[in-house]
Amino acid sequence: MSESGMSGITTHTISVLVENRPGALARVSGLFARRGYNIDSLAVGETEDRSISRMTIVVSVDGKPLEQVTKQLHKLVSVLRIAELPHDASIERELALIKVGVDAGRRAEVLEIVEIFRAKVVDVDAGALTVEATGTPGKVAALEELLRPYGIVEMARTGIVALGRGSIGLKAPKLRPVSIQDRGSRVVSA
Amino acid sequence: MNGASSLIKSLEAAGVDVVFGIPGGAILPAYDPLLESPIRHVLMRHEQGAGHAASGYGHVTGRPGVCMATSGPGATNLVTPIADAYMDSVPMVAITGQVPRRVIGNDAFQEADITGITLPITKHNYKVMDPEEIPEAIAEAFHIASTGRPGPVLVDIPKDVLQAETSFAWPESINLPGYRPTTKPNRKQIKAAADLIRRAERPVLYVGGGVLKARAAAELMVLAEAIGAPVVTTLMARGAFPDDHPLCLGMPGMHGNYAAVTAMQRSDLLITMCARFDDRVTGNLDTFAAGAKVIHADVDPAEIGKNRAVDVPIVGDAKSTIVELTKVVLHDNSSHGRPDFSSWVAETRAWSREHPISYTQSEDGPIKPQFVVDTLGQLTGGDAIVVTGVGQHQMWASQIMPVNKPYSFVTSGGLGTMGYAVPAALGAKVGRPDERVVAIDGDGCFQMTAQELATATIEKIAFTVCILNNSHLGMVKQWQELFYDHRLSEVHLPQVPDYVKLAEAYGGVGLRATDPSEVEATLDKALSIDDRPCVIDFRTDAEEMCFPMVPSGASNDDLILGPAGQTEVHRGFEAGAAAFGGQGA
Repeated sequence: MSESGMSGITTHTISVLVENRPGALARVSGLFARRGYNIDSLAVGETEDRSISRMTIVVSVDGKPLEQVTKQLHKLVSVLRIAELPHDASIERELALIKVGVDAGRRAEVLEIVEIFRAKVVDVDAGALTVEATGTPGKVAALEELLRPYGIVEMARTGIVALGRGSIGLKAPKLRPVSIQDRGSRVVSA
Repeated sequence: MNGASSLIKSLEAAGVDVVFGIPGGAILPAYDPLLESPIRHVLMRHEQGAGHAASGYGHVTGRPGVCMATSGPGATNLVTPIADAYMDSVPMVAITGQVPRRVIGNDAFQEADITGITLPITKHNYKVMDPEEIPEAIAEAFHIASTGRPGPVLVDIPKDVLQAETSFAWPESINLPGYRPTTKPNRKQIKAAADLIRRAERPVLYVGGGVLKARAAAELMVLAEAIGAPVVTTLMARGAFPDDHPLCLGMPGMHGNYAAVTAMQRSDLLITMCARFDDRVTGNLDTFAAGAKVIHADVDPAEIGKNRAVDVPIVGDAKSTIVELTKVVLHDNSSHGRPDFSSWVAETRAWSREHPISYTQSEDGPIKPQFVVDTLGQLTGGDAIVVTGVGQHQMWASQIMPVNKPYSFVTSGGLGTMGYAVPAALGAKVGRPDERVVAIDGDGCFQMTAQELATATIEKIAFTVCILNNSHLGMVKQWQELFYDHRLSEVHLPQVPDYVKLAEAYGGVGLRATDPSEVEATLDKALSIDDRPCVIDFRTDAEEMCFPMVPSGASNDDLILGPAGQTEVHRGFEAGAAAFGGQGA
């Protein structure tokens, strides 16, 4: 469910299904900042239903309950469903592009590391090569650590995308309209 | 038909009878079909006035108040009233014009990203980029604004969308899969709440504004009498339970009365109905009602457990929750007998008698602000809609005015917006034209929105504004006196303008009282005026402070009572009727 770092800060992975409409990302990301929660990473993309996007949000929680921010998320009209994905019951993957500044002399050592991590080299020139790596955040971090001594020129990480294992998950709901007649619940009684 | 006609048709279909607004460049197309519409448009003098008027209308009618403004500055002037309505859960729909689609994002003339700006202060907002979507957006806006926990919704429409050809079809259904407020409370939780109530010895019904938002005052009365526990009504809930009821203790919190504050502190069970444990009610949270278990019912699940741990959470609409809980309580009472809280009630009523709100008005001295409110309360007998600004006068109004009917006390609670009173009073009068509307205002507040007196005169919207004029920003002065060693900084407002002349300049009636002997006659005269706004400049004692008071961040156990006064304010609940307890047993 949650992962505690050495600092006592807990990270949670939240999967949020939102209507694929302009502004949905701003509504969700703004809410975290406003309520005092830090987003570690946020990845957005379409789901199996193109009218619905999935946001995978990794959030650091420092002493505050996660519950308050998920309740506030539920209040956003654009948000359809929310689930916290337990780290031990979900598939978490991240993609990283790491540009390493090596010349021909030390290139072989880097290639060996790349091989071990089942990453691949996607670009190379005289002074640098770019590695594409996919895996758990831990694996990507470990690769980064090993490549660091060779001189990382630039790095881009996608942030985590995640799905629950097996039957655990958060499927896009079937959208059904509500009759407008339900609206009239508030009447003047003064 | 163009988008503008579709917009006005949509507002008509949504049941709108009045719009408070100001036209301007981007919203111009919408004002043309308004000429043929049965919708009344009240032309305000500032968009902030339009927003607060819509809020006042929403408070007293329960229907969304509607305000309309142009793009850019028109829209940004609505920001304060929208934030205000968001904090106080007032149903409101704001319509704004936007620059044409092709120049959005170009820093065009009078462009402001109002949907971006109002993202954190609206329940939801729309930027309508296709004229075909106007009816859908308006239908959804009214649905969202008025259901669940009510709040403001903004609909921003670019000028060329208003001008574009389109067709109008009012949607028969609403497609909001992400918006399904829980209204029906869980039966098990209701049962658990009823069980806690039966086992309690010192229960208090802690009633918040949500009860009024759900129009559930009548249902609350039945529940309170079924339980037989004392009731406190927060600032936002004044009138949800009548002040003259023997179970009513009045307002709790920072300037609440001793009985209400102390009853909560000593309570062993807070039966919380749609209140949110705001810091102005709880004081220091760690010491707030430390011995109490908590039942917390609210339509917004995010409020439950936000500030105070809860023993029995209930998510549901106030009306359904109160009705369901009443059923179970009455059923339990009839099978096991009604729990006897009479000695606890008697204890709280004794506190009310021992520590009433009081003040001392000397015959020749300056007018005490409390004396004005007290006299007004006696003259109206509570038969008026009271609207306030924010500050000392607001607290005195809440402490002293008898509020015996629901939906008749209109104030800015959460945001604390100075300048709220005049435009909100205007909106309240438009919403309930047969009621007498009286604003109790401060001189600082009054000057922030006084221009709406022009609107009132022209539109023949008659209400009375009682300015408790102490020529200071009174509450700020009070804090400087108490917490900044009497070092007064930037709180003096010398007697400019002349409020009598100002009222007259706006076409209203201006009156003044400088001596206590003039207060009643002046109020009498003002209350007899029913065809234009009337402003009374009460020159009140600048040294008077508002007590009781719990200093910010302090414990509610450390309530400062202030000096004992010669005149005690009796709104009916302190004395009189025999101890409540006989009914429903």
